[in-house]
Amino acid sequence: MHLPPFESLVEAHAHELHRFLVGLLGPSDAEDCLQETFMSALRAYPRLRHADHLRAWLYTIAQRKATDTVRRRARRPAQALDGVEPAAPPAAEGDDGLWLAVRQLPAKQRVAVVHRFALDLAYAEIGQRMGISEEAARQNVSAGLRRLRKEVTPDDR
Amino acid sequence: MTDDLDRRLRASSAPALDLNRFQDALSRRAADEGLLDVAYAVHDSPLGLLTVMVTPRGLVRLSYPGEGVEAQLEELAERISPRILEAPERTDAVRRQLEDYFSGRRTSFEVPIDWRLVRGFAGDVLRATARIPFGAISTYRDVAAQAGSPRAYRAAGNALGSNPVPIVVPCHRVLHAGGGLGGYTGGLDRKRYLLRLEGVLAS
Repeated sequence: MHLPPFESLVEAHAHELHRFLVGLLGPSDAEDCLQETFMSALRAYPRLRHADHLRAWLYTIAQRKATDTVRRRARRPAQALDGVEPAAPPAAEGDDGLWLAVRQLPAKQRVAVVHRFALDLAYAEIGQRMGISEEAARQNVSAGLRRLRKEVTPDDR
Repeated sequence: MTDDLDRRLRASSAPALDLNRFQDALSRRAADEGLLDVAYAVHDSPLGLLTVMVTPRGLVRLSYPGEGVEAQLEELAERISPRILEAPERTDAVRRQLEDYFSGRRTSFEVPIDWRLVRGFAGDVLRATARIPFGAISTYRDVAAQAGSPRAYRAAGNALGSNPVPIVVPCHRVLHAGGGLGGYTGGLDRKRYLLRLEGVLAS
């Protein structure tokens, strides 16, 4: 068994995982969540049995940490009520309203939409990362888009 | 409509991650939580960019440019731990002493050494070499004798050639009995530079 130095994982994947987490959580929580992701990975790292699929492994952890963050957020009443993120700088994202709506999607649709549009992945790859079929990935993305279309009115363009 | 939503989703780009700042924060927290087994940093010296690698036990490797840092980190990942991060703070003590040494303010290193990369006779040779003081020289035969096998001077030469912590364990102070410079991991020019710095060779 041969694991590469952990540093190489950070260098290779920090940027894309950050994009992924910004898509799921918004910019204000993404970096903290990214640190939690790498800390958790670092803790478990020496016990891995092989170095295959390290990237998929990191995405699994990131997704779990993002879920934790969402749960924690739900316990913060002020934020749960209005659903906005006070700490998010207005210019941080090009299309705040739309991405806020993405973050309200059911988990699978949300993750699939973020993979598709923030990371620009093909459905086969999305399916692989989510542990579902390519067809299921496609369905989750289109279901997500259908719901977004209903919720995002032309006015907030 | 579909195309428009598509376009808007793609167009909104995430704020860029400041990778350096992120790595600093991550390595600091990893060290605090006892999860940083090897920390490394690149250090600018008169002999080029040195890579300093430390563990909680001490300095484990110091490498010259061109020695293939990637391969060395891979080796550390395999032999010590894959929990390796670039963490300049953790290497500060060693780097300060290197700076003082190169500027003539320091003649001996006071850093603990992690000897896990060396085994057996090689370790004995390197420990004997570590005792040769600044400005003094020794021979391959002599360090072999100090390590307990006077006739194993070739093996002593090999041990010095694979010294994982040159400069700090001063293998540059070991020369041929006949007065020849012998060899050096970082190349003979660097050996000459160090011997000049220590006043052994005329500058």
